[in-house]
Amino acid sequence: MNSFTYHRATAVADAVREQSGRPDAAYIGGGTNLIDLMKENVARPTHLVSVGKLPLSDIENLPDGGLRLGATATNADTAWHEEVKSRYPLLNQAILAGASPQLRNMATNGGNLMQRTRCYYFYDLATPCNKREPGSGCSAIGGYNRVCGILGTSDSCIATHPSDMCVALAALAPTVRVSGPNGERSIAFDDFHRLPGNQPEKDNTLEPGELIVSLDLPAKGFEKNFSYLKLRDRSSYAFALVSVAAALELDGNTIRDARLALGGVAHKPWRDQEAENLLKGQPATVETFARAAAKVLENAQGHGSNDFKIELAKRAIVRALKQAVEGSQTASDVFLNSNP
Amino acid sequence: MSTTNHIGKPTSRVDGPAKVTGTARYAAEYAVPDLTYGWVISSPIAKGKITKIHADEVLALPGVLQVFSHENVPSLAWFDRSYKDQVAPGGSPFRPLHDNEIKFSQQPVALVVAENFELARYAASLLRIEYEQEKHETSLETKREDGFEPGRGKTGYMPPPPPRGNPDKAWEEAPHRMEAEYVHGAQHHNPMELFATTAEWRGEGKITAYDKTQGVYNVQQYLTKIFGLKKDDCRVVNEYMGGGFGSGLRPQYSVFLAVMAALELKRSVRLTLTRQQMFSFGHRPHTLQYLKLATNADGTLAALQHHALHETSRFEDYTENVVNWSGMLYQCDNVKLGYQLAKLDVYTPLDMRAPGAATGSIGLEIAMDEMAYEAGLDPLEFRLRNYAERDQNQDKPFSSKKLRECYHQGAAKFGWDKRTQAPGSMRDKDGKLIGWGIGGGVWDATQQKSAAKASITADGHLTVSSAAGENGTGTYTIMTQIAAETLGLPIEAVTFKLGDTDLPEAPLQGGSWTAASVGTAVKNTCEALGEKLLKLAQKLDDSPLKGAKLEDVEFVNGQIRLRSDASQAVVLRDVLQASGETKVEADSSAMPNMLKQQQYSLHSHNIVFAEVKVDEELGTVHVTRVVNAVAAGRILNLKTARSQVLGSVVWGISMALMEETVMDHKFGRYMNHNYAEYHVPVNADIHDIDVLFVEEEDDIVNPLGVKGIGEVGMLGVAAAITNAVFHATGKRVRDLPVMIDKLL
Ligand SMILES: Cc1cc2nc3c(=O)[nH]c(=O)nc-3n(C[C@H](O)[C@H](O)[C@H](O)COP(=O)(O)OP(=O)(O)OC[C@H]3O[C@@H](n4cnc5c(N)ncnc54)[C@H](O)[C@@H]3O)c2cc1C
Ligand code: SF4
Repeated sequence: MNSFTYHRATAVADAVREQSGRPDAAYIGGGTNLIDLMKENVARPTHLVSVGKLPLSDIENLPDGGLRLGATATNADTAWHEEVKSRYPLLNQAILAGASPQLRNMATNGGNLMQRTRCYYFYDLATPCNKREPGSGCSAIGGYNRVCGILGTSDSCIATHPSDMCVALAALAPTVRVSGPNGERSIAFDDFHRLPGNQPEKDNTLEPGELIVSLDLPAKGFEKNFSYLKLRDRSSYAFALVSVAAALELDGNTIRDARLALGGVAHKPWRDQEAENLLKGQPATVETFARAAAKVLENAQGHGSNDFKIELAKRAIVRALKQAVEGSQTASDVFLNSNP
Repeated sequence: MSTTNHIGKPTSRVDGPAKVTGTARYAAEYAVPDLTYGWVISSPIAKGKITKIHADEVLALPGVLQVFSHENVPSLAWFDRSYKDQVAPGGSPFRPLHDNEIKFSQQPVALVVAENFELARYAASLLRIEYEQEKHETSLETKREDGFEPGRGKTGYMPPPPPRGNPDKAWEEAPHRMEAEYVHGAQHHNPMELFATTAEWRGEGKITAYDKTQGVYNVQQYLTKIFGLKKDDCRVVNEYMGGGFGSGLRPQYSVFLAVMAALELKRSVRLTLTRQQMFSFGHRPHTLQYLKLATNADGTLAALQHHALHETSRFEDYTENVVNWSGMLYQCDNVKLGYQLAKLDVYTPLDMRAPGAATGSIGLEIAMDEMAYEAGLDPLEFRLRNYAERDQNQDKPFSSKKLRECYHQGAAKFGWDKRTQAPGSMRDKDGKLIGWGIGGGVWDATQQKSAAKASITADGHLTVSSAAGENGTGTYTIMTQIAAETLGLPIEAVTFKLGDTDLPEAPLQGGSWTAASVGTAVKNTCEALGEKLLKLAQKLDDSPLKGAKLEDVEFVNGQIRLRSDASQAVVLRDVLQASGETKVEADSSAMPNMLKQQQYSLHSHNIVFAEVKVDEELGTVHVTRVVNAVAAGRILNLKTARSQVLGSVVWGISMALMEETVMDHKFGRYMNHNYAEYHVPVNADIHDIDVLFVEEEDDIVNPLGVKGIGEVGMLGVAAAITNAVFHATGKRVRDLPVMIDKLL
C-alpha cells in the first residue's frame, strides 16, 4: 500500500472538484473493496476523497412512485429500509445474500456498483491480467476460472462482476444518477456496467471524476412474485457461482411481465430481455421456464473449470422462476429457507 | 490419591476471561520499546534465480532501516543439521535468504525493516527484484510414475509394515471386489492468527522471541544453532495461540527473519505475515490413494491393498503415516500397503491435524463403503463383521479398545437402524434427498518425555509450570485440573504457566500427546510436592499424620488427611504457615513406561455418523446432523474435549465439501490464497453435532489413562459425509471436496 492524502468531502461539488483532473484520486465509500485492493497494490490511488459525509445517504420516495436510493446509504440500511422491504423485496433479498453483516454495514450503494471483480489473477500481482495491467494477458483463460464468466466474455477477459445487489437492480432497472465535472447525467442501469471487449480495464461507463449520486428505482417492484437464488461454495459469505433474480407479474397462471437477471456469469449483471419476452404472455410452467433458461444460456461458453456454470445456470433459472411463482419469500439459500 | 474431583468435570477454560477481555497476548501483540517493523517480500515465480535486487531505491526512503536479502544476510551456521528442527523431515531444510535460488512460489526473498509498519509495507511495494525464470514442475499428476519410497527421516514416521498373506491372489479369488482411486488437493492450516514474531532486543546479543509456535523449545534450539546464541540469551515465549493445527510445529521463516534482523540491527523487530503468505510454509499434501478391497461370501474382508502417493518439496522428504492405519483398523489376513512420495517445486508439506490419518481415512473409509455396497451389506454391519480384536500390523493386543461400543452407542444416538440401504431411497418432507453415511479411524496414543515444576506459597496458592503449548486445545485448563486434584485444591488456587523456555521442557504441542505427556509430568510434580508437604505436616505438634506414608494420606479440600480416617486431617495452609517457609517447591518429569507399553498397541478410535440433505437439481449439500463417537481413554475435561471434537467435525465438513488450495500449474502458484476464496465453513454450514465419548480404563497408556483427543475426532468425518452423499444421490465422488459441480 502506498501513501495517500485524504479528503472528506462535504458537498457533491466539493467531491467532484477534488477528483477532477486527478487520475490518481479515488472516491472511497465504505472502503470494503478499495482498501483491500490497495493492500494488494492492485489499486494505488494517492488521494482519497471520502463520500461518507456527503448528503447522499437518504432513501426517499420519488414523485413518479419510484424510490431513490442515496449513493452513500449503506447496503444494510438499504436492505432493511421499510420501503425497500415492502415494495422491492427482491432487492432486500439480493443485498442480504451478499457478503456479511459487518461488510454490509460499511458498504455503500455506490461502492457496491463499483466493486471490482474477484478473479484470482486480478488480485495477484505475480500473474498477468489485462484488467489490472492492459496488454499483459489474461491468466484466467486456460487457467483456474471457477469464478469467471460464461456469457459476453472476450478474448482479453472473462471476469465477472461479483455483486448480488446489482443482479436485483438489473432486474428492477433503475437509473443511475451521476454528477461529474461536466454536470449531472442519468445512465440506464443496463448501460452502466459494460462487457470487457478489448478494454477490460473499464468496468463501466462512468467517466473520470464522475460520482454516483443515487439509484432511482421505477415504481414497479414485483413485490408479489420474485426470487433471488444464489448458489455458492458455502452457505454464506461467498460470492455467487451463479445467482438469479427473477421477478414476475402474474395474471392467474399467465405471465404478464417478467424480469430475469443473472449474477456470477458475466462482466456485468446479466439481464436477458429476449428471455423475458419468451416468458411474457406464456403460462407459468416449468416448460416455459426451461425455454427461457435455454435462451439465456444459448451463447454461453465455458472455460474449463467453470463449464458447469452453464448447466447450473439453467437449473437455477428454472428454480428461481418456480419460486417466484410460489411467491415464496425466499431465497438467499434454498436450503436454509426450507427448514432442515 | 485424592477424592477432590476436578478431572473429568466440564471445567470452563481458565484462560477464557483473558481471551475474551483481550488481556491475552499473542505473538504480534507484545509491547516492547523502540520497536521496528519488518515486511516480507515473496517470490512471484516458482523456480529460478534472483538476478538483481534494487535495494538502494528503497533504502533512500527516510525511516527504512535495511533491506535484507541473500546479498547481505549475515554469515550463519553452515551445516544442514543446524537448521533441522525436532520434526524436520529427511533432507536439507529451507534456509531463508540463503542464496539467489528460488525453489517455490512465494518463497521469502527479502525483508524490509522500517521504523513503522506502514513504511515497511510501502517500501516493500516499491522494491524491484529481477528474476531469471526456470521451468518448474508442480503437478502431482505428471509424477504418477516417479514415486519413491522415503527413508525414516522424520520423527514419528513409520514405513508401512511388510505385506501379509497373499493379497493379490485373495483379491482375484474373492466373490466381491472393488478398486478405486481417491484424490484430494493441498490444504492449508489457515489458523485465524497470522504467523508473527516480536523479536525483542535485550542488548548485548540477547533476544526474547515472542513467536507463534507450537514448541518454544524447538524454536529456541533452532535459533541457538543457527545464530550461535547461548540458550540463556535466547528466550522463546508463546503464551497464547490463535490456532495452530500443526502449522506451528516447525520454526517458520518469520521467526528466523525477525531474529536475524534484530541481531543485525540491534533493535527489536516485529514481523507479521500476510494471509497470502500463510500459504507459503507448508500444507497437507495433495495425495492420490489407490485402494483394492475384496470380501468373502460371509462378509469378512478377504484382501486389502492401500497405496498412497503424495507430493513433497525438492529439498525435504516430508512423510506422514497415510496407509498404515488400514492394516490395523479391520481384521484382514491379506494386506499390502504402499507409500510413496514425488518431488515437486513446492514448499515442503507440513503436519496438519491428524496428518496422514485424516488422509488415509478418506481412502479407506470410502472404499469400505463401496465394498459394503458391492457385498450387499449395511456399512456398519460390514465393519462389525471385520472388527479387529488385535493390531495385526504389530501382532499385539490393544491396551484398550472400545470401538465396538462406539459403533453401537453412535448408531443408537443417530438412529442408524432406520436407514434404508438403497441410494436415493430416503427423502425429507420437502422432497430433498437424505443420505446417511459412516466413517471412522484410528490414531496413536503416545506419551513423550516432559518436565514440570510446582511451587506453593504460604497463602496456599499453587503455581505449576511446563513449557507446553496452548493453541486453543485446553492445555491451561486440564493442567490446572490435574494439579488442583492432585493436591486437593480448588481450581482458583492454582495457576498453570506454559509456553516459555524459562520453564521446564515439554514436547511440541502436537500428536495429541500433550495431555498424556505434560499431564503426567504435572501429576508427578504435584505428587513430589505433596510428599514435601506431608513431611512438613508431620513436623506440626500433635500432627495426626505422624508416621503416615504418602500412600496413607490424601489431599482433599485444602487438607491432608488419612485415607483410613478422614477426621485425622491438617489444613494445608496451616502447615505452610507453621513451617515458616515462604514457599515450597518441587520439580519432576515423566517418561513413558516403555517396558509396559511395548507389549501393547496403543490407539484411540472413532466412528462418525453423518446425515446430508442434497438438492439434486442444484447440487447443493448440507450436513444436517453428525454424531461422532470417540474412544480415547479417559476424558479429562468434557467441555474442552467436546470442543475439540466439535472443531474436528467442522473441519471434516470443510474437507468433505469445501477446502482445497488450488494451484495454477502454469505459474506453480496457489491462486485462492486468501480467506475469501479459500473456503472453510461458516456458521450457516454447521448444524447439529453430537459428541459421544466412550471412556476406556487404561493404565497402560500412561498413569492418567488419557489417549488425547486433538486429532482422532477428525478421522472419517470427510468419508462419512462423502458416503452419505452417495447414499443420497447414488453418485460416488472420489475427488474431494464434493462441490456443486461434481453433483450436477
Ligand atoms: C470478504 C468479502 C466478501 C464479500 N462478499 C460479497 C458478496 O457475497 N456479494 C456481494 O455483492 N458483495 C460482496 N462483497 C463486496 C461488497 O459488497 C463490496 O465490497 C461493497 O459493496 C463495496 O462498497 P464500499 O462502499 O465499501 O466501496 P469502496 O471499497 O469504498 O469503493 C469501491 C469502489 O467504488 C468507488 N466508489 C465508491 N463510492 C462511489 C461513488 N459514490 N461514486 C463513484 N465511485 C464510488 C471507489 O472509488 C472504489 O473504486 C464482499 C466483500 C468482501 C470484502
Ligand atoms: S479474466 Fe479478466 S480479470 Fe481475470 S485474469 Fe483475465 S483479464 Fe484479468
